[in-house]
Amino acid sequence: MSNNQSLLVEPDVLSRVLARGKSTGAEFSEVFVEDKRSTSAGLDDGKIEQVSSGRDRGAGIRVVKGETTGFAHTSDLTEKGLLAAAEAAAAAASRGGGGVNAVALNAVVRHPVNAIEKWPDEIAKRDKVAILQRVDSAARAVHRAIVQVSAGYGDSRKRILIANSDGVLAADEQVRTLLRVSVVASGDGGMQTGFQSLGHTIGFEVFDQNDVEELARSAAQQAVTKLSARPAPSGSLPVVIKHGSGGVLFHEACGHGLEADIISKGASVYKDKRGELVASPLVTLIDDGTMTAEWGAIGIDDEGHPSQRNVLIQDGVLTDYMWDYLRARKEGRRQSGNGRRQSYQHLPMVRMTNTFVLNGPHDPDAIVRDTKNGVYVAKLGGGQVDTASGDFVFGMTEAYLIENGEITEPLRDGNLIGNGPQVLRDIDLLGNDFAMGNPGTCGKDGQGVPVGDGQPTLRVKSLTIGGTAA
Amino acid sequence: MNVEVPELQAIADRIVAQAKAGEQIEAYVGRGGETSVRVYEGELEHFVSAQSDGVGIRVVKDGRTGSAYAGTLDESAIAEVLAEARDNVQFGTQDEFAGLAMPDGVEPVPQKFWDDDLANYPTESKVDLTKDLERRALAADARVRSESANYDDGWGETAFATTTGIRTSGRANSCYVSVVTLADDGDETQTGFGFSVGDSPKDFDLDKAAREAADRATRLLGATKPATKRTTIVLDPYVTSQFISVLSSAFNGENVSKGRSIFADRLGEQVAVPFFTLVDDPTNKLAYTATDIDGEGLAARRNVLIQDGVLQMFVHSSYSARRMNTVSTGNATRGGFAGSPGVGCLAMQVTPGAKSQAELIASISDGVLIQEVSGLHSGVNPISGDFSTGASGMTIVNGAVGAPIREFTIGSTLQRMLQDIIAIGNDVDWLPMRAAGLSLVIADVTISGS
Repeated sequence: MSNNQSLLVEPDVLSRVLARGKSTGAEFSEVFVEDKRSTSAGLDDGKIEQVSSGRDRGAGIRVVKGETTGFAHTSDLTEKGLLAAAEAAAAAASRGGGGVNAVALNAVVRHPVNAIEKWPDEIAKRDKVAILQRVDSAARAVHRAIVQVSAGYGDSRKRILIANSDGVLAADEQVRTLLRVSVVASGDGGMQTGFQSLGHTIGFEVFDQNDVEELARSAAQQAVTKLSARPAPSGSLPVVIKHGSGGVLFHEACGHGLEADIISKGASVYKDKRGELVASPLVTLIDDGTMTAEWGAIGIDDEGHPSQRNVLIQDGVLTDYMWDYLRARKEGRRQSGNGRRQSYQHLPMVRMTNTFVLNGPHDPDAIVRDTKNGVYVAKLGGGQVDTASGDFVFGMTEAYLIENGEITEPLRDGNLIGNGPQVLRDIDLLGNDFAMGNPGTCGKDGQGVPVGDGQPTLRVKSLTIGGTAA
Repeated sequence: MNVEVPELQAIADRIVAQAKAGEQIEAYVGRGGETSVRVYEGELEHFVSAQSDGVGIRVVKDGRTGSAYAGTLDESAIAEVLAEARDNVQFGTQDEFAGLAMPDGVEPVPQKFWDDDLANYPTESKVDLTKDLERRALAADARVRSESANYDDGWGETAFATTTGIRTSGRANSCYVSVVTLADDGDETQTGFGFSVGDSPKDFDLDKAAREAADRATRLLGATKPATKRTTIVLDPYVTSQFISVLSSAFNGENVSKGRSIFADRLGEQVAVPFFTLVDDPTNKLAYTATDIDGEGLAARRNVLIQDGVLQMFVHSSYSARRMNTVSTGNATRGGFAGSPGVGCLAMQVTPGAKSQAELIASISDGVLIQEVSGLHSGVNPISGDFSTGASGMTIVNGAVGAPIREFTIGSTLQRMLQDIIAIGNDVDWLPMRAAGLSLVIADVTISGS
């Protein structure tokens, strides 16, 4: 991307809109402009159900005065439409006087983290649909117990432009390509499901770099394996989590609790814990928006701040929280590139990007061998956390018993439950086989944003397994 | 939708009028706005005032479907959306069941979806109301802090037209308030919430919302982790509502026709205890998700899903109905102009029993009252029926509520839980969810704790 690439809105218009936002005496105004084109295609029951195209284009205007944020958005990107939204946001933030006539903007900052080889909107729809058909064939070929396959393809190309009254002017172009497959297998004991997905912040070249048939076979095999699964145990046991499948544990167990907006309201178990040992000394936790091609990678955040690598926990010691503009300003800190929003229709807040735990010293096979009896989790589903108490759950969608140091029988689906600070302290073995996991969507306060996670194979010495076998 | 919106209807009609020979077109046009107020410690934290609009178009030709949407009603953008949807048609697989809904002669049940009091409610009052709610929550218990108090309202206008002759438009508005609280005891902090909904702010019960928020946060202070065991559980109405909502996908005719429902092949069978009756009735104005038309523009209607424990029917859109050689039950769902129709239950309700929650608990010597669940999306598999969620609540000892417990799970299967119901409460609560709540007593559920 070059610096003279056209902007979604001209800088002189942005400057006047920002000034209008501050016209009632506000300290800060911001324009976030977005133009997103997306394509999705779904396959189910052997048929391409439909291809769908979407276009979302508009601007969100934020005005901050004192403790109050006013926000308005519009799909009208003309100067008239933007000025009207700026007035609405200014009125929302304030009932006072004051006045600003112009805002000076700096040069455009661009901070690309991904090189795109094949822009998705330049790829024939036929080629996108063909990916789904390959997935369907590969999954069905795995076993005759496979009774249903559904698959989804999605891509998006989103241009964003952020300007604010501090002079920030920043632009980014964010590309995402996603493939997911769900498989149903049927046997004597009922139906079981398998799921896999693949998502990166690059274009269609993702399918040159990844084997979609292998992805489909893996989802199918998961469903078939679970046909002979026994009910999961119930109660507390050691749990070994396979590399690249358990990053969601850290996302829920501590990631959300390290978001500065939650901290500032005293709604996190990690408040006032900076500099303290909050995890096993094995654990170093990073949030890194610059990880090339990963699902949570962004050139700039949705407040125009370049993404960066932030160390949250170093050798078990809590080093810092994640910050957005508002919280950083309030507490005299630097932004950390974590101010994100779902779309121009949403206010930004503190969000994770790619959150992961670095390698530890242990051999992953030895971790299993050292576990006499427990559960081996090969794939986790989603999770949920109460940041104030630290209690969290996450689903296991592929798991096995460990008996006498060996992985044995498959287990049916269930949730695991734990308390964040306790679980972080209870990590007693950490592998040296780091891998990133599947693309995720993190929900907070009604907004979803794409995030990544990762971790090496690890053991938690005790977690509560929500099975049905007494 | 009893108030028509001619301006949007004209846009939808114009799109549909462009259909070529052999082409079916469906246009869904929407426009709406929202206000969102958040108060924290007596100060206005944010005020959001926003409007949006857009159009979604589906085109069906020779059994192939294509669709497109745009978040604008700009004329040139609409032309682009129609062109994109047409272009997308060629990539769909030919499907003999593809197509739009046909008018079926069922008249919508008129309901009131628009409230002038809400539409004219002053902005200042919205802020004052929210501050008032926060104050009441703080006053309810000295251990309570605020996380936020919120007021949200929204209005929407939609118009719908198809080449098959369906034409409908309408408008609706709604509002709710909520408050999130924190309660501390030493190092321990617990969270609570309370809410109130209504046609207009006049209907809000701020005291109830405040009291519930304070109660939810404080009741778990000092909670312990229970021992693993099998026991009888009482689901609070708020939890039952979520449990019933999860069942929705098992009645989904499209899932049934594709072999993805635990109820496939079980029509006419006893799938639940004989005193369990479940209806889907969006024509009941008391239901939060009441509606007069479904996502394909057909009349919404009352459907009996389970009668006296026996599975009666599945719910259908026109597409799933054609797949199963039946007719639509008015159960097409739709997520606004950007979404395509799916199938789902619209407003579920379990027929209430005779006893209050206190009476139900009085007959239990050893059990657990489940007041909150978490991880429903990750721990419940509606295809296999496996059910496992995080939970918190109170012990039940000798017919009375005992000590608080947390950080445990409840586990069973959906199939078993329906057969293990031992009593149903009379405490119907029309919660702002897809299913109404009431107390439900279920035997033989596994509690996993220490």
